[in-house]
Amino acid sequence: MKSYLQLSEVSIDFPTPKGPFRALDKVSLNIAQGEFVSLIGHSGCGKSTVLNIVAGLHQATEGGVLLEDREVNAPGPERAVVFQNHSLLPWLTAYQNVELAVKRVFNGQKSKAEMKDWIIHNLALVNMEHALDKRPDEISGGMKQRVGIARALAMEPKVLLMDEPFGALDALTRAQLQDSLMEIHADLGNTVIMITHDVDEAVLLSDRIVMMTNGPSASIGEILRIDLERPRKRVELSGDARYNHFRHEVLAFLYERQRKVEKIEAPQASLKAQQKAA
Amino acid sequence: MKSLTSITHNPGPLRPTSAQLGKFGRALLLPLIAALLFLFLWSNVARQIDTSLGQFPGPAQVWEQSGNLISEHRQERQREVEFIKRQEVRNAETLASNPQAEVRIRPYTGKPTFLDQIKTSLLTVLAGFLLASLIAIPLGILIGLNESVYTAVNPLIQLFKPVSPLAWLPLVTMVVSAVYVSQDPVFSKSFITSMFTVLLCCLWPTVINTAVGVSNVSKDLLNVSQVLRLPVLTHVFKIIVPASLPLMFTGLRLSLGIAWMVLIAAEMLAQSPGLGKFVWDEFQNGSSNSLGRIMVAVLVIGFIGFVLDRSMLFLQRTVSWDKNAVLR
Repeated sequence: MKSYLQLSEVSIDFPTPKGPFRALDKVSLNIAQGEFVSLIGHSGCGKSTVLNIVAGLHQATEGGVLLEDREVNAPGPERAVVFQNHSLLPWLTAYQNVELAVKRVFNGQKSKAEMKDWIIHNLALVNMEHALDKRPDEISGGMKQRVGIARALAMEPKVLLMDEPFGALDALTRAQLQDSLMEIHADLGNTVIMITHDVDEAVLLSDRIVMMTNGPSASIGEILRIDLERPRKRVELSGDARYNHFRHEVLAFLYERQRKVEKIEAPQASLKAQQKAA
Repeated sequence: MKSLTSITHNPGPLRPTSAQLGKFGRALLLPLIAALLFLFLWSNVARQIDTSLGQFPGPAQVWEQSGNLISEHRQERQREVEFIKRQEVRNAETLASNPQAEVRIRPYTGKPTFLDQIKTSLLTVLAGFLLASLIAIPLGILIGLNESVYTAVNPLIQLFKPVSPLAWLPLVTMVVSAVYVSQDPVFSKSFITSMFTVLLCCLWPTVINTAVGVSNVSKDLLNVSQVLRLPVLTHVFKIIVPASLPLMFTGLRLSLGIAWMVLIAAEMLAQSPGLGKFVWDEFQNGSSNSLGRIMVAVLVIGFIGFVLDRSMLFLQRTVSWDKNAVLR
């Protein structure tokens, strides 16, 4: 398997008053083109940090990220991000929000009419063509997230990065959006990295689930390959023995092998312990 | 039959509910009661105060003086029209007797009336405020965007912010008379002096609030801008400015309020035309009507300040994307 996106021994230290705090330690991962990878782990384990490093919003202290053999060291539209809280500009309509991205990416490549078609096409992909002129505060949370996804897709990214895209939504809306995302992924074959807290979501959508150990110095614990054939149907799968086996694997990792017993102050406490030892 | 169904179908907008009526009544009635109470207290207290210029003016005297001020303005305009007419007739006569004669057209040089002074003050404050905003908003954006600029400039801002306009005034006056030298000035020196004093004092709230607004733009929106690699200008105009608009307007409203207060004081001290000069002239004049006329000016100054603030609010509502924001 040729790797399209390559994370090699990525470590990151955040400066704190008590010295550098190592959030990630030697995270290595190879992702093939068109692959759908989920990152799962307890809160504070550095999932978002991994995503932000791939996005270029954070810089790795050691190691690095290669996309098509080119080093990633700044944010860019070829690695589009779908943010957890949609991050739409509240003063622009759905259409204008996507337009901002499209104008930036395709300036000089597409004519005005082509850009317009492309914007509407992408909003139609997420079933939002009826609300082109609605502002974010006029549409529901699920619809905002749809527009956020349309904005990211419209950039024709090499990698689509999704930071808990459905985390803030209710279960029914979440299921709808997961189905939409599966259809889009089947059609366009995007390479996707998605952060999630939701075990079912991870198993349903992913080709591989990357399970992360708890921080500090978090790294990859186990990687689970989900070789369920696509298209996947959530209702059929809920009775499928292999599906339940994968679910069980993830749950066992999260709640047996990586059970989170530490309190919230734990990272600092262990840091103190390290300093004392030093 | 038809009318009956229409009534049962649509009773809402035709008849306001008693709750709505009560709310409306309160919004109108309570301020009215307060205003009447104020007038009552004012007239009673005024009767108790005797000054060397006579009794302190009550509401009745103030009402009377405001009428006087308006009729004086009309008379003055009448005189101006007559003066111009006389001049034209005289010039026509001179030309008729001697076509080669040089005709002089002199402007009318009457005393500016109360309404003229209001106009002057309004023009001055708007010019000063507009110029201050043109400097303050870009400066605030620059400071808010760049931590280093903020660290560099902040002590200077803190130093100049508390300076009273009256301290600036002598300096501004001297600088303007030294620098603003022109044979045929478009603006009078007193206008320039007042305007710069206003500018120097009303710069700071806009600078500070804009800077705070810009530096507090949500990290998510900044991330969007980074992922899109927006060029600096697009970043500023598409993301930074709309996001910090509410605080920017808070600053602008504070600035306009300060500008108006500063202007009156500056006009009084510098004897530049405007409402401040009107008040000072009346005080020096010392007739039995003076205090009443000053009181008219006080109320007008307050009312104009109020209107200026409301207009900024209206502008904010028109410009801002967030129509639901609570504006006070």
